[in-house]
Order: sequence, then C-alpha cells, then structure tokens
Amino acid sequence: MLRYAIRRLALLVPILLGLSVLLFVWVRALPGGPAQALLGEHGSPDAERQVRIAYGLDRPLYVQYWSFLKRTVHLDFGTSIRTNQSVTSEFLTRFPMTIELTVAALIFAVGLGIPLGYLAARKHGRFLDHASVVGSLIGVTIPVFFLGFLLKYWVAIKLGWLPPSGRSNERIIATHPTNFYVLDGLLTREYDASWDAITHLILPAIALGSIPLAIIVRITRAAVIDVSHEDYVRTAEAKGLARSTVSRRHILRNAMLPVATTIGLQTGLLLSGAILTEIVFGLPGIGSFVYHAIQNRDYPVLQGFILIIAVIYVIVNLLVDLSYSLIDPRVRVGGGRG
Amino acid sequence: MSRLLDVTDLRVAFTRRGRPDMRAVDGVSFWLDEGETVGLVGESGSGKSVTSLAVMGLLPRRGVRVGGRVDLQGRSLLELSPNQMRDLRGPELAMVFQDPLSSLNPVLTIGLQVTEVLRRHRGLRGDAARKEATRLLDRVGIPDPSRRIREYPHQLSGGMRQRALIAMAVACRPRLLIADEPTTALDVTIQAQILELLRELVTEQGTALVLITHDLGVVAGLCDRVNVMYGGRIVEQADRRTLFAEPRHPYTGGLLASIPRLDSAGDVPLTPIPGSPTDLLAWEIGCAFAPRCQRRLDECQTRAPELSDEGVRRLRCHNPLPLRQESTSAPTATEVAR
Amino acid sequence: MADSDPEATAGGGSAGGAAVDGGVAVAEKPAPAPGPAEVGQSLGREAFRRLRRNPVAIGGAVLVLLFVLVAILAPLLAPYDPVDQILKDQIRPGSFPGPSHEHWLGSDSLGRDELSRILFGARQSLLVGVLATTVGFAVGLLLGTLAGAFGGWVDNLVMRVVDILLSVPSLLLAISIAALLGQRLISVTLAVGVAQVPIFARLLRGTMLAERESDYVLAARSLGIRRRSIVLSHVLPNSLSPVLVQGTLSLATAIVDVAALSFLGLSGADPDVPEWGRMLAESQTFLSTAPRLAFLPCTAIVIAALGFTLLGESLREALDPKLRR
Repeated sequence: MLRYAIRRLALLVPILLGLSVLLFVWVRALPGGPAQALLGEHGSPDAERQVRIAYGLDRPLYVQYWSFLKRTVHLDFGTSIRTNQSVTSEFLTRFPMTIELTVAALIFAVGLGIPLGYLAARKHGRFLDHASVVGSLIGVTIPVFFLGFLLKYWVAIKLGWLPPSGRSNERIIATHPTNFYVLDGLLTREYDASWDAITHLILPAIALGSIPLAIIVRITRAAVIDVSHEDYVRTAEAKGLARSTVSRRHILRNAMLPVATTIGLQTGLLLSGAILTEIVFGLPGIGSFVYHAIQNRDYPVLQGFILIIAVIYVIVNLLVDLSYSLIDPRVRVGGGRG
Repeated sequence: MSRLLDVTDLRVAFTRRGRPDMRAVDGVSFWLDEGETVGLVGESGSGKSVTSLAVMGLLPRRGVRVGGRVDLQGRSLLELSPNQMRDLRGPELAMVFQDPLSSLNPVLTIGLQVTEVLRRHRGLRGDAARKEATRLLDRVGIPDPSRRIREYPHQLSGGMRQRALIAMAVACRPRLLIADEPTTALDVTIQAQILELLRELVTEQGTALVLITHDLGVVAGLCDRVNVMYGGRIVEQADRRTLFAEPRHPYTGGLLASIPRLDSAGDVPLTPIPGSPTDLLAWEIGCAFAPRCQRRLDECQTRAPELSDEGVRRLRCHNPLPLRQESTSAPTATEVAR
Repeated sequence: MADSDPEATAGGGSAGGAAVDGGVAVAEKPAPAPGPAEVGQSLGREAFRRLRRNPVAIGGAVLVLLFVLVAILAPLLAPYDPVDQILKDQIRPGSFPGPSHEHWLGSDSLGRDELSRILFGARQSLLVGVLATTVGFAVGLLLGTLAGAFGGWVDNLVMRVVDILLSVPSLLLAISIAALLGQRLISVTLAVGVAQVPIFARLLRGTMLAERESDYVLAARSLGIRRRSIVLSHVLPNSLSPVLVQGTLSLATAIVDVAALSFLGLSGADPDVPEWGRMLAESQTFLSTAPRLAFLPCTAIVIAALGFTLLGESLREALDPKLRR
C-alpha cells in the first residue's frame, strides 16, 4: 500500500509541473502583456519598468520560468494589485472561511443524503423511491446560484429567519484566534459568536450542498440496492441475525464503499460551487476573492490562487483514493489464497 | 415420532409485471425425520433452490406468492412473522449456500461473521465468543483457526471458506440444515472433504440434512432418501437403495445413465438426456418432462400424471421404467435412455 | 470489406437462455448477439421503445422540445423587441413596472420587456450550450481516440494533459480560459467547452480500449485491415451510445456553466444580446425590490438544463445493455 501511495505521489509531480507551466504561460498570454497583468492597468511606465526588472521579464523565458518556480516553492506569489497584501497572506486569511463553508455543506449533504438514499433504497419500487430519483435529478441540475438566490430571498429577506449575507453579525463581540469563526467562539468561550457564525453558514451550506446532496442520495440508493441483492446479505439473513444488524453491518458497511469515493469526488464541485455561493451570500472566502480578482484583473492573485487550489484539489483527490484502500480490506490486506 | 419437517403442497410463484406468474415450485411435498439426510435432486430450474428458500423463509416479501404448508415439528413456518422466523434461523434452521466467496461479507473478518451468530442466538460475547468461534473453525477442519479468525474472506481458499460457512451454520446446533449445492463451486478434491465434514457433523449433532444437488454421485454417498424434482414438481421419491437400484421415472433413469461409469467400455459414448431444461411442457397441459422423454406416450402430452404412492416409492409418471422382474430381458437404465 | 462472422466471434447467446435456478425456465428466444454494425440498430430500436414508456424520458423530451422551439421561434413568439427600452418612462427609483396585461413578465431594470428577453435568451443558451458541448466533444473525441487507438506513449501523454486539465476545478479552469480570451460570450463558450474535454476524452479512450480487445477487431486486424478503417467503421459506431448519453448530459452542464460564468461577469456586457446569465448578474442589485428579475432567468436556465438531464439519464438507462431483458 505504501508503494501505491508513493507511486501516486510521484505521478502528481509531472501534473503539477505541467500545471505550473500552463499558468506561467497563461499570465504571459493575457491581453496587455505580463507586466501590465502583474501591475494592473494603472501602472505608470516607471512602475512597469520596475516590475520588468523585478520579475526579470526581459530575460529569456526559461530563466523566468525557473525563477517563477523558485518563488512558488517559497510560496511567494507576488502581491495583490487590489489590496497590496501578499497573495499568500490573503489566501491564508480567507481560506478558513471557505473551509468552514465547505465542511458545513458536506455535513449537510452527507448527513441528509445517506439516510435519504438508504430510505429510498428500502422502499425500492414505491413512491418514495421514484420521487427520490427524480428529486435527485432535479437537485443536480439546479445551479448553486439559483438555490442561493431562492433561499436568500425567501428565508432571509422575506421571512427573516436567517441572515441574508455576511459571515457574522458585526455587533457581536468576538475574537478570532484561528479565523475559523465557529471554532473560535468555542475556544474563547464566546458561544454567542459561535452560534452567530453558524446561523450565517446555514443558508450558504444548503445552497452549496444541494448538488452533492442529490448525488449522494442517488449513489447511496444505488449502492444499497445493489448490496441488498448480494449473496452475503442472504447469508446474514439465513443466520437469523436481527434486521438492524443486517442493515447496519452487512448492507450499509459495504454500500459505503462507493459512497465514500463519491464524497471524495465532490471536492471539485464544492470548490467551484463555493465561489458562486460566497458571492451570492457575501462571504469573505477564497471564492469571492477570486471573483473580485477577476473583476479587477488582479492577475497575481488569480495565478497564485489557482495554483494553490489546484494543488489542494489534487492532494485531496489523492488522499480520497488512498483512504478508499484503507476502508476496503481487500485492498488493504490483499493477497492470500484466491 | 412426528416428522421434523413436513412440506405439503408447497407452491411458489413469482409475479411479473404484465406477464403471467412464473411458477417455480408447483405443489411439492416431502418430509424429514429427525437426523435423516434427504436429497433434493434436479437440474437448474427444477425449483429445488426456491423450495429451500421457502422453507427458510428467505424469499423476498414482494413479488412472490407462496402457498401450501411447511411445518417444523408441527409448527407452521409460513404463517410466522419475519421476526419469528429470524429467531428460528440459527438455532432450529440453518442453510449453507453454493458459492462460498460471494456468500461471505468481504469487509468483515471471518471471526466476526461467526461470533455474530453466537452473540445473537447463544448470548456469547467477547472472549467467550471468540473462543467458541475458534473451536468451531477448528471443528470444521480449518487449520490454525486462531489466526484465521482475524482474516478476511479473500485471504482464505475456496474450501476453507465453505468450511467457515458450515461452521456458522452449525454454530447453534440447528435441528435442520439445508445445504444448497455446497460443493458445486469447489475443486473436486475438496468436494469429498466437505461432504465428509457434513456427514460427520450431522451424525455428531443429530441434525437433519436436506442436501440439494444436481449430482447423483453426491446423493449416493450421503442421503437416506431422495426426492427427484423436475419443472417445479417432485417426480420420484424413494429411499436411496431403491432409487439407485430401480429408478422408475425416466428422468431419474436418465440422470443415472448420464453418469460416466468406471466399468463401462472405453468407447461407450456418454448418454446425456436429450434436450435442455427449458424444453418444458406446462404441468397444466401434460407431463413437463414429455418433450425430452424417450418413453413418451400420447397421454403424456395431454394429461399430467399424478404422484402415485407405491409404498416403497412415490412416482409421477404414465409410463415408468419397468421393474426388473417385469421383463425377462431386463433393460438396464443405460439401454433405456439410449 | 471482409469481416469475420459476427455471430461466431461475438459468442452468440446461450442456447435457450440458461434458467436461473429456482425458476421454471421460460422458453425465451435468446437475444441476437450484436455484431459490429448491428449494435447501433438493435440497441437503438429497443432503447426507443423503453424511452417511450418512461415518464422521466418523456418529461425531459418535452422540456427539451419546448426549449429548442422557443429558441428557434423567439422572433416570432416574442411580443416586443428585447432591446427596446419601451418602458423607460415608467421607471421610478426603486421600482419598475411589474407584470401587466401588455407585459406578462413586466419590465427589467432598463425598461425592456422581460418576457421577450427571456425568450430571446433561449437562443443564446441553446447556441452557446451546443457550441460548448461540440467543442468539448470534438476535442475530447480526437484526444480520446488517439490515446485509445495508439496506446503507449501517445496514450500516456494525452492522459497527462487531461489530468492537468482535471487538476483544476472546472469553474476555475473556465474562468482562467475566459480571462485569457478576453471577456466575451464566445470566450466563455470556448472555456466551458475546454472544461468538458476531459470527460469526453476519458470516455472515448475507455470505449476505444475496450473495443480494441474485442474479437471482431482482432479478426479484422488479422486480416490486415488498416487501423484507421477499423476505428472509423467499427469502433466509433459502437461508442455511439455512451457518447450520446454523455453529450446530452454535458449539454445540460454547459448551459448552466455558461450562465454561471456570465453571472460572474466574464462574458462582457453586451446590452443588446439578452443572455440568461447576464440577466441574472444584473438582477443581483435588485433582489429585494424586483426578485422576479432574478428568478425568471434562473427558472429558465433550470428548465432547459433539467430537460437535457432527464433525457440524458433516461437515455443512459435505456441504452444500458445490462438491463436488456
């Protein structure tokens, strides 16, 4: 298993290198030229010259690439044109928000999706089952921003049950040691701040998690149906085991294998969706920052963020892959007689 | 002494949408006394497996219609609720299935799959359960059982898996054990060992055994009495000696004749039963075996024969194979089938 | 072109259809074994029959038909010119004319008839959706076929490229490409198209690899038939059904993604061409005063995408050979 992990990690390297090359080329291919890209449209000729020297833009391409790589490894992605902070620090400041959002969405999708999918499978062929199939098809199609608007308008603006935007209520006093607002409140015992952060997360989490929810319901249902027909379930029944034991230990545990993989694959969707969700709900995470970067042509941010996100995405995928082999003893222990 | 298992006119039909019911078992009656071993013989599609599933109460709840009576020591099983059946399966009834690999849960250890039976029906836990599981595995002939307890199904050989399944089935000393083609999926050398194991266990524990198979060779070694099934009905019932010495139903005769014999001349061709199990006549019209029968009369295709009781055997045939005394130049089963 | 007998090589259906133990065998005719060219027809006919009975498929087809018809006939259906700011005078700060007898969906923030804008928006969505999916399909087809047909280092190289494309979440990928090409609707279309390439490439490669090992291909090759002809006349037709399914589903995603990118502002702001995503973006500021300006284009997007999704999913089920009875 360790060898497999190392092999996969090794494969990662050329991919990430390839990506870095693409990004490098990308900045230089942007309309207006790289200097302007790095500086923004308002750079004076003087500043442009400075940037040219600093980034070595008049040196041969491979030299530029090499220094780009070196800087990347040192996590130096330059400075944001808009905020004048280093790209790296902007990322670190805003990342916790996006993580909180993503985790909340996952909790929603998994916490609701697996029971629903299981129920639908249990009632296979009956109304609830058909309804859930159609429901999940619809759920997959409804774009994040649609649901976001819907929720924002109905629940927040019209009904006023939950805040429509932002991460927290400014009037509540809160200190933020880790910048994970929910966690911070718990750590500093400012429980009202924690609760406040949670209420601000509910609607965005539902909007972001709706598509993964639909997918998880579908996959869980299919997996449970498939597993229920397996011979070992029949054996479990033949042993006279209690119904709950059969469901839990024999059906669900095996059905969770494909479900777990699916959950892992949702990361990409969640990251993409986070951008849209953060915009709709005005959350100060990476997504909305990227959006503002697009609007303001803040290319250092775009280049840096895309690279970081890609690395994270790839690593998460790898971890999901590896964890699958942990869950399934056939892969983990392997070998023995056939 | 009342019979242990009494199956009377068992009928099982699978309903299909928009098409007539598929009658898998069409009026089957047989019985077992305590400690007896009875064979249920037939080809694929004869209904033998469905019969056993009906006895065990393992047929699906929807899409199936069951009629007739199945009495275990006078208690009608078909009228019991699913939970009541669950209580019986293990301590009273048990079953071993055909494919040992697919019949075992791949993500659970062998040990757990044995101890869960012990926990459910015999109240054993923890160390006591583990010790008993080890003892059971040892009893069924698995070497190094304390190590095997922690292993997963894919780490065991086919023969060991089947032994493990047998161990799970006899863990609670059931009164009735049903073995559905227990050796079909195994290597020939292992087959004999497994059958021997079964024989030992049933003798030791006084268990009644229903042995389902298509292989008359298996039956000859183990069964006290034999039921031959065709097309969902029993066509011949007799004790072992009578059946093998004097088969009367042409199908039985054909099965016997199709077994290659050590003492036949080297160039004697094998004599299979012509046709295939799907060349069926519906029992409403006539004898289901008629299309393939060499002794077919006109009557056989217009009127289904009843099961007649002749003391030493029961027979469902209009034109059975003649008894040896009835004809001077007694044709052997081999000649008849050719 | 000489070809080995499809029945023989594809291992014809078992005689009589082996009965499952426990059931009285019903004497069914075995399904005819599919040969290279027959697959398309026999699968297609049976699939169509199944689709006809499936309410989900019918629902999807109806929605798709509706969407396509509206897109094509928009100039005839729309009561007003979508660009014309006819209700400009009726706009007061903080309110615009709502639905009325003459304007069923009211006016937008600049006084244009919302219904006409929605109807014309369908044209854009259909156009960009089809374009984006075609780009994804065409490039994916090329890459996947190359990788699958040649194998070896070609396969490795192509798949690494695909992996790189996949290493970035699709929306970000589309954003980068759109930024590169300038903020116009066409850039967004191309960007979404490129984001779809990996799916098609993987799909085609998979089918290609599977077919490569199949009997009739080996037979054809042993007869010395050129690789190109094998690929074109045998392998590709067999890959038709999964591609069809994926194409339909991708069309749904393309429509949503293009709208999403327009929403993010990447498609520029051409006031003359109504596009659902852009309309959505413009409506953000008026969410509390005129929410319908957001919901109407949203609903339109969802209906269009839903139609293709329902159709695609039922197609997938209908064409699944495992479900053939």
